[in-house]
Order: sequence, then structure tokens, then C-alpha cells
Amino acid sequence: MTVFAFTFYLFAVSTIAGGLMTVVSRNPVHSVLWLILAFLSSAGLFVTLGAEFVAMLLIIVYVGAVAVLFLFVVMMLDVDFAELKAEMTKYLPLALLIGVVILMQLALALGVWGFADGVEGRIAAPTGDLDNTRALGLLIYDKYILLFQLSGLILLVAMIGAIVLTLRHRVDIKRQNVLSQMYRDPAKAMELKDVKPGQGL
Amino acid sequence: MIGADIQILMPEILLAVYAMGALMAAVYTTKDGMAPLLTWATSGLFVLLAVWIGINGQGTNIAFGGMFVDDGFSRFAKIVILLSAAAVLLMSESYMQRRGLLRFEYPILIALAVVGMMVMVSAGDLMALYMGLELQSLALYVVASLRRDSVKSTEAGLKYFVLGALSSGLLLYGASLTYGFAGTTLFAGIIEATANEPSLGLLFGLVFLIAGFAFKVSAAPFHMWTPDVYEGSPTPVTAFFATAPKVAAMALFARVVHDAFGGIVGDWQQIVAFLSVVSMFLGAIAAIGQKDIKRLMAYSSIAHMGFALMGLAAGTAFGVQAMLIYMAIYVTMNIGTFAFILAMERDGRPVTNIDSLKMYSKRQPLRALAMLVLLFSLAGVPPMVGFFGKFYVLRAAYDGGLAWLAVAGVIASVIGAFYYIRIVYFMYFGEEGEALDGKMNPVLWTFLMGSAAVMLIGVVNLFGIEPIAAAAAATLVN
Repeated sequence: MTVFAFTFYLFAVSTIAGGLMTVVSRNPVHSVLWLILAFLSSAGLFVTLGAEFVAMLLIIVYVGAVAVLFLFVVMMLDVDFAELKAEMTKYLPLALLIGVVILMQLALALGVWGFADGVEGRIAAPTGDLDNTRALGLLIYDKYILLFQLSGLILLVAMIGAIVLTLRHRVDIKRQNVLSQMYRDPAKAMELKDVKPGQGL
Repeated sequence: MIGADIQILMPEILLAVYAMGALMAAVYTTKDGMAPLLTWATSGLFVLLAVWIGINGQGTNIAFGGMFVDDGFSRFAKIVILLSAAAVLLMSESYMQRRGLLRFEYPILIALAVVGMMVMVSAGDLMALYMGLELQSLALYVVASLRRDSVKSTEAGLKYFVLGALSSGLLLYGASLTYGFAGTTLFAGIIEATANEPSLGLLFGLVFLIAGFAFKVSAAPFHMWTPDVYEGSPTPVTAFFATAPKVAAMALFARVVHDAFGGIVGDWQQIVAFLSVVSMFLGAIAAIGQKDIKRLMAYSSIAHMGFALMGLAAGTAFGVQAMLIYMAIYVTMNIGTFAFILAMERDGRPVTNIDSLKMYSKRQPLRALAMLVLLFSLAGVPPMVGFFGKFYVLRAAYDGGLAWLAVAGVIASVIGAFYYIRIVYFMYFGEEGEALDGKMNPVLWTFLMGSAAVMLIGVVNLFGIEPIAAAAAATLVN
């Protein structure tokens, strides 16, 4: 067995094992940790394919952001996972059926995979000996710079929109103002009065 | 090379940079205190850019490898968009100010929406098209729910957002099918792919793309969001919805069907003709029962989009010219009408009920007269300019071999005239009801009177718009 085949089987087995354990493990926190293992191993599979950029994205986006978010949700929300599991076993036959149908459909679709007439001439040529990251950089920051900048504007609008629609300056609450507390002058803040017995102010 | 590309994109870049600069300036100074100044500055910039594009624009320039096309057609649409957006911003200032809605983000969001519209009408690629469309829509969703304490306004924003997302989904599905079967997202490549017997997948892509556009121009049967969004949004925002975005979406529609699918006119002609006839009749009939003038204007806009689509359905250069003229006239009429609606208030509170207009002519004869001119023009009664808009599209449809569509258009137009004339009846003959306030902001007054005057004076030669629109249409269809 070559080193390549060995790494492929190593990552493939750990991806499938991770996926399986995500579904079957009893503790939801363990589930998320298994999910992270599945993501990491699929990143490894991408590296063996030579798609190092996708592998990095998978680790940064899925492991770094999504999985950690899951973990937080699982730990913070009070969800009774045992009950959900019981629900799931009830529908297991149906789920299996749907799974088989989807598998068959995939086989049907991939079996007759082909290009429409004349498409070969128009699709983009392979990048040759450029590596992925460089090729993507050339596309995103050079050829598609307009689209990239427009996406930036869209995100800016989304941010402005979120602030416009949700930010409220409440005036009916009292906030601590540290500076005004620090600059408070005891001489002005307090006044001593000599009240004679039997008299009010 | 990038320098030349940026040169072509200069108006859009300027506007985007202005929006970002204005955002920073307002955030670091008095925030909402800057809002009136920003509103005036933004509309001033719109007018300047429109003049600049009008004077400087020469020939057909292609930037970023065909993704951005600056030609006569896009310049015509951009000028209409910029001028109408400027007018609506000016009209909205005092209304928003008095109701505490004038936040500094409002003009900035409008400016960014206009950037999106300018990219839309110049798109030469499915990806650029989608980016422009999303930039415009996202900004519009936000301004629709600007009055965030009101249930109706929030509902309008949410409804617009959900249905807009659905339509974007349809559009993207169409775009991916088109890409899959054509092998490219560039319009120039798609038209090559359709040259000899387009594949079934490409036609499916075309149908989904058109469905997405129909949502954006609010053509029936994809119109359901329009009445609720028009009614719920603050009135100046409704005025904005009824003008610039409609022009942008319609221009985008024309660009895609002619630039990308110009080789298979027969295939999309039937869809557009169907959309057109359904919109005209739905707009004309559903508006009859409306009591709220904003809802009525929503149905009116659906009907008008039907007429504009009729020009497009002809599939000829004259059809595109008729559509451009129709949209320019429609926008001008709407600005005047919304200036009138914005001034409808009682005890300082906005009123949108049609009943409140009863015997309006007795108290405000001049304003009632201006509104009468505008309503007759919207209905397409002969001496007004609105008639010429309808006349052009009907002729285009007839010349394009769609005589049945022209006949249907005339019938729908007669049905639609009923509800416009009903408002006129209320203003001149109805029983006297509770009076509206007499005050009118001078800006609104100017726009109302100006728009009404245009409807009358324009009869002479339509202000020379006809040859300009013909030249614009010629650059698109060849």
C-alpha cells in the first residue's frame, strides 16, 4: 500500500467514524466533538486531493466557527436530547427509506452525467501549474474584483440595516458615567447645614 | 487596464465612496442631526451624477471583461433612476423629519440602493446582475421597515424580505441553470449558446430568471408583496419604491432578455406577454375596491408595469424605446402623485384614506386641479402625456404582431380609468367630509405642480425624450 492510499483510507475511515459517532453518541457535547473530527478528516481528504484551499476553509469556517457555535448552543440551551432521540427512533424506518431513495437518485444522476452541447468550448480552462490559493486569489482579487467589492458593499448594507433596525438609545434608564463620577467635586455635591433644634430647614 | 475599467465605473464608485464617507461623517458627529444635510447633499449628488452621465457618456464601453456595460441604454436608465431618486429624497425630508423618522442612515441607504440599481442596469453578466440586485434589495428591505415601532412597517419590511429572498432564490436557480447549460455567465456567451436551437435546460433557466424579474418589477402573478409593502412602509419610502427601483428592474429585465436571450425572442415573448396581460387586468380590477390611496397606488403600479412589459413583449427596438418612454413618464407622474399623497394630513397626522379627499377642490382648487391632471394622465386620458406613454407601447405591441395584446391593453386601460376617475369624482362632486389640513410644504408643492405641468406641456414634443429613448433602445437591440 502506498503512502497516498494509506492516508486516504486513514482519513476516510475517521471521517465516516466521526460522522457515525456524531449521530449515535448519547452526549450532545461528544456529538459536536465527533463532528469536529469528521470536519478535520474531510479537510485531510481535501489535502490529499490537492485542494489545500478548500481544506483550509473547512478548518477555519466549519471547525473554527460553525462547530464552536454548535458547542455553545448545545451547552447553553436546555434541550432534552434524550427525548429527541426517542422521537427519532420512532421515525427511523421512514428516514432509512428516504436515505435509500436519495442514494438511488444520486446514482441515477451521476450515472448519466454529461455536458450539454458546445459547453466544453466555453467552460474555463484548468489553471495549469498554479496552485489553488493563487488561482483563486487571481480570480477574486483581479478578474472578479468588481463582484468582490460589490459583495463588500452588500455586507456594509446588511450591517447598517441591522444597526438601524435594532439599536435603540434608551433614555429611561440610568447609565454609569465614570468620568462624571471621577470629576465630581465634593464641595459642590454636599452642603452642610446647621439645623437648630426645634427648627426645620 | 484596471484604470480604464475604473474610469468607466466612476459614477458608481463616486456614489459608493460618498455613501461610506457620509456614514463615517455622520457617525462621528451629530448622528441624526446630520440627516437633513445628508438628504440634501445626497440628492444634490444624484443630480450632479445624472448630469455628468448625460454629458460625458459616449458610445459603448465595456469594463471588467464584459461584466459591466456602459451604453446608451444603461445611461438612459441611470439618469431616470438618479433624477427620480433625487426628487423622492427631497420630498421625503420634511415628512420624515416631522415624524422622527429622518435618521442619517436613510439617505445613505438610498444612495447604496442607487449604486445597486446602477450596477443592475449596466450588468453584462449574471453574477454582476445578482450583486447589483441584492445590493438594491437589501437596502430597500431596511428602509421599508424604517418606522420600526409600527407593526405595519415591520410587517412590510419582513414580507418584502421573505418574498424578495424567495424571488432571489428563483432568480439564482434560473441563473445556475443558464450557467450550467450555457457554460458561461457572460451575456455575450449566453447569446452564443442560444444561437442554434437552445437546449431545454437553457429555456428553463430563462423561465426562472423571468419569474425572478417579475417579482422585482411586481408584475402579476408575482405581485402579492406589493400592496402590503406599499401600505406599510412610510409614505416617502413607498414613493421611492414606486419610482427608481421599478425603472432599474425593468431596465434589467430588458437587458437580460435582449442581451442574453436576444436570439430566442419567440421563446420569452409569450411569457412576457402573459405577464403583461395578467398584470394589466389584475391591476385594473383589484384597485377598484381599495380605500387606501397607497394600496391603490400599489395596484396602479402593477397595472403600469403590465403596460411597460407590453412594450418589452414586442421584442423589437421600438418596443424597448416605448418601454423606456413609458417608464420615464410613469416615474414623473408618480413623483407628482406621491407629492400630493405626502401632503395629505389632518391635524399633523398622515391620512391615506381616499374618503378624506371628498370635496377637496372647494378648499384647494389649484392642488385638486394638479391632481386631476396627474390622475387623468395615470389613466391615460388623451390630452395628457400619460396617454402618449400608453400609445407608444400599444403601437409597439401592434407592430410586433401582438395585436391581441394591444386590444387587451386598451380594455384594461378603460377598466383602470374607473378608479382614477373615482378619486376625481370624490375631489369635485362627493359629499363634504372632514377637511384635510391646508398646509403644504413648498418642496412638495413644487413637485406636484411641476409634475402636473410636465403632463400638460409635454404634449408638445415629450421634451425631446423620444429620439433619446430611440438611441438608447438601438444600443440594446441590434
